[in-house]
Amino acid sequence: MGNKIEISGLEVHYGGKPALNRVSFDVHENEILGIIGPAQSGKTTLLKVINRTLEFVPEATLNGTVKLDGVDISTVSDVYGLRRRIGMVLPLPVGLPLSIYDNVAFAPRAAGIRSKSQLDELVERCLQQAALWDEVEDRLDTLGTKLSGGQQQRLTIARALSHEPEVLCLDEFSIAIDPVTTMRIEEVLKTLRKEMTILLVTNLVQQAKRLATRTAFFLNGDLIEIDSTDVIFSDTPTQQATYDYVNGTFG
Amino acid sequence: MNILRKKSTANLPFSETVIELFIRLCGFSCIIFVFGIFFFVFREGAGFLFNGLDIGQFLTSPEWYPTSLNNKRYGTFALILGTFSVTALAMCMAVPFGLGAAIFVSEFCSPKLRETFKIVIELLAAIPSVVWGFIGLTLMNQLIIQVFNAPIGLTMLNGSIMLALMSVPIIVSIAEDALKAVPDSYREAAEALGATRWQVVYRVLLPAAKNGLLAAVLLGAARSIGETMAVLMATGHSVNIPSGPLSWIRTLTATIAAELGEVARGDEHYQVLFIIGILLFTITFVVNLIADLVIKGIRQE
Repeated sequence: MGNKIEISGLEVHYGGKPALNRVSFDVHENEILGIIGPAQSGKTTLLKVINRTLEFVPEATLNGTVKLDGVDISTVSDVYGLRRRIGMVLPLPVGLPLSIYDNVAFAPRAAGIRSKSQLDELVERCLQQAALWDEVEDRLDTLGTKLSGGQQQRLTIARALSHEPEVLCLDEFSIAIDPVTTMRIEEVLKTLRKEMTILLVTNLVQQAKRLATRTAFFLNGDLIEIDSTDVIFSDTPTQQATYDYVNGTFG
Repeated sequence: MNILRKKSTANLPFSETVIELFIRLCGFSCIIFVFGIFFFVFREGAGFLFNGLDIGQFLTSPEWYPTSLNNKRYGTFALILGTFSVTALAMCMAVPFGLGAAIFVSEFCSPKLRETFKIVIELLAAIPSVVWGFIGLTLMNQLIIQVFNAPIGLTMLNGSIMLALMSVPIIVSIAEDALKAVPDSYREAAEALGATRWQVVYRVLLPAAKNGLLAAVLLGAARSIGETMAVLMATGHSVNIPSGPLSWIRTLTATIAAELGEVARGDEHYQVLFIIGILLFTITFVVNLIADLVIKGIRQE
């Protein structure tokens, strides 16, 4: 398997306060990489670096390189195109104050797709993939913000899929939704893995265990350990801290 | 509910009871003032309004001759048109300009620059209207004469430029608040979808903030309708059905301001001026009502 993302010597500071300390690792193509670790460990920052939305944080400074398909992302001039190669699902569902249809069609339209039939097809496919189509197909023109929390989160997943990303980043996607919906989305992720690389930031270590092919453990901005999920969740990971964290005896 | 309320007041210390009473009084006083003003204006104009004034003529005749010796005519049609035309023209300038400035200050400029802008905008809002009238009377007057080769520069255009400059700060500060109130998560979500900054603004922020933006525009318009001194000085103050931006006009407010000092208290002319006051009241009431209905309509959507 080739490397989809190569991160080397990545350092991020927020106004002098370190958020990531010289982190280096690779993300393989078509894997689900689970990223676990307590709060303040730099997981969300990592995702922001990858889709270059860290640039909106005025006090953030960045060193090191992140390569997507071998190309340093900081040299990409079409940053909007770059962001569309990466799907992003944030912790709290954000239905944009637009209709369900317009939510999903947002990114394709921003990318310049105008054809109605093309958009119709795309919206239906993404909502199907996110396991939401059956619940909303007869009310696509109602506001996305009117949906329930779990539905909104599936809407954001459909939206993240709408620009056919190569990498899908999920930042604690299940924080605001019920276990049944979580399970449905987890099934969706297993299928999506065939088409894209998935970065799964999660506070539920069991979720990483269920889904991830490999798992990375972050602590206070350091990458403590990255290995296949079996090893991380075995009785003998390399680092004691990893063992303590996944077994809930941390701190 | 009732039990809870009784219990909570019973437990309040004396000082809190006094403070609560005071705050309650402040709250109710604004209602009392509004009704008080309306009552006073209505009382002064009521006699002639119900007994003698031809309301049809009052609203539709352009002939305003309140001081004619043997044929007094009280037609306010030209004044109403004056008020609405100068406001409409002012809004044509102030709305795009004000909303544009609000979008810039809220979304495109650096935090440092934003503070400077806000101070300057507040300063602009604090300039007394008589100063604007003065600028219209001197500077803008000359400018319009030279640019449009007009015989006189005290015109509807002049007045509406002054009104636009006066309503822009109101529109900017309310619209900017409305844009700032849109949660950052919307911006982040749209940016993660590869939207450019401008796409974020017109696809997400403007729809999300439309209630507040509408309120900004309506408050700006209300300010324009009620403004007196600047339009009195800058528009030529001449009863005339406006035929274009360069015609001179007179507004309802300016008429009251200019004539109330010269009438005998209680006579017909005096009462008609108060009826104009009632008319202005009604106009602002209707504007507010429309704003309420529109905003409610948007909410139900």
